[in-house]
Amino acid sequence: MTSPQMVMYEEEFNQIQTIVDRLVREANARVVFIIDKNGQLIAAAGETEQLDTTSLASLTAGNIAATGGMAKLLRESEFTTQFHEGQRANIHIQLVGNRVILVVIFDNKTSLGLVRLRVKKASEELNAIFEALLTKVQDPSGETPFAEITDDDIDNLFND
Amino acid sequence: MSFINYLSREINCKIVYYGPGLCGKTTNLQYIYNKTNPESKGKMISLATETERTLFFDFLPLALGEIRGFKTRFHLYTVPGQVFYDASRKLILKGVDGVVFVADSQIARTEANVESMENLRINLAEQGYSLDKLPCVIQYNKRDMPHIASTEELRELLNSNGVPDFEAVATRGNGVFETLKAVAKLVLTELKRGRA
Repeated sequence: MTSPQMVMYEEEFNQIQTIVDRLVREANARVVFIIDKNGQLIAAAGETEQLDTTSLASLTAGNIAATGGMAKLLRESEFTTQFHEGQRANIHIQLVGNRVILVVIFDNKTSLGLVRLRVKKASEELNAIFEALLTKVQDPSGETPFAEITDDDIDNLFND
Repeated sequence: MSFINYLSREINCKIVYYGPGLCGKTTNLQYIYNKTNPESKGKMISLATETERTLFFDFLPLALGEIRGFKTRFHLYTVPGQVFYDASRKLILKGVDGVVFVADSQIARTEANVESMENLRINLAEQGYSLDKLPCVIQYNKRDMPHIASTEELRELLNSNGVPDFEAVATRGNGVFETLKAVAKLVLTELKRGRA
């Protein structure tokens, strides 16, 4: 349909995870995560245990969608960066290649300037990975494991 | 647009509950939330006004079980039904894999149902989807109310494509899971065909 399906393979996931892990360290952030524009969590690093990353992912995507809607009304293509400042936590949201969203949560152990700097570098690297991933997904010779799913498999899911 | 993660062996799909204001979209999600095991669900989020009208969306992540070694996860969203929230409704349809249209069976809401269905068709088309091709089910809600249209009448008005449809009383849960299962099944069948 409109946009190609998002598929994640081990190779690309490992590359993405490496960048995300490094960003946590280099920006001195609490949490870094990457989601797609539909709110699906792709990767996360840092102190994620106490966080409801699923909800955060969905709300961030909603936020980006709303901001994108505002941009359209102002005849802008997108607002690519958002920053929310709180008393203890701050959120930096960056749209990467108009495809995925890079979210950095940080506190006063670091600065917005450092976060921005590190996000810029990481965004460029991530963009290249997602470009390559998209080409791979669109390759028609690519496998699809779901062709083998039978109607019974689907029915069994709802048998309880 | 479903998301397939080979590493964690997960399929994630997005289902949107659509329909006119006060038809029971949020009530559907609340019932599902209340009746699902804690390990199968995440937190339900409602972005609502002070009077509990949906302002942006409700969100409920749900795990349905495994299929050929892949965990199936569904993200359920509702749209704000009120006419003037159209800009927000469009946004929530982005990346949708399946739609549940919740109709209000009360005769007084007939026009609102038809208008909302037309609005769904237009908003989907704007995102490049066709309502005739997208997995879709219809729920005729509020069957317990007085002055309701017959299912046949509603079907004729709203279900020209002959998609699966269900009667429901969402406040009591009647028809809620039947509707969800039907749309989930259609989405997975579409995924199997490789078109989702």
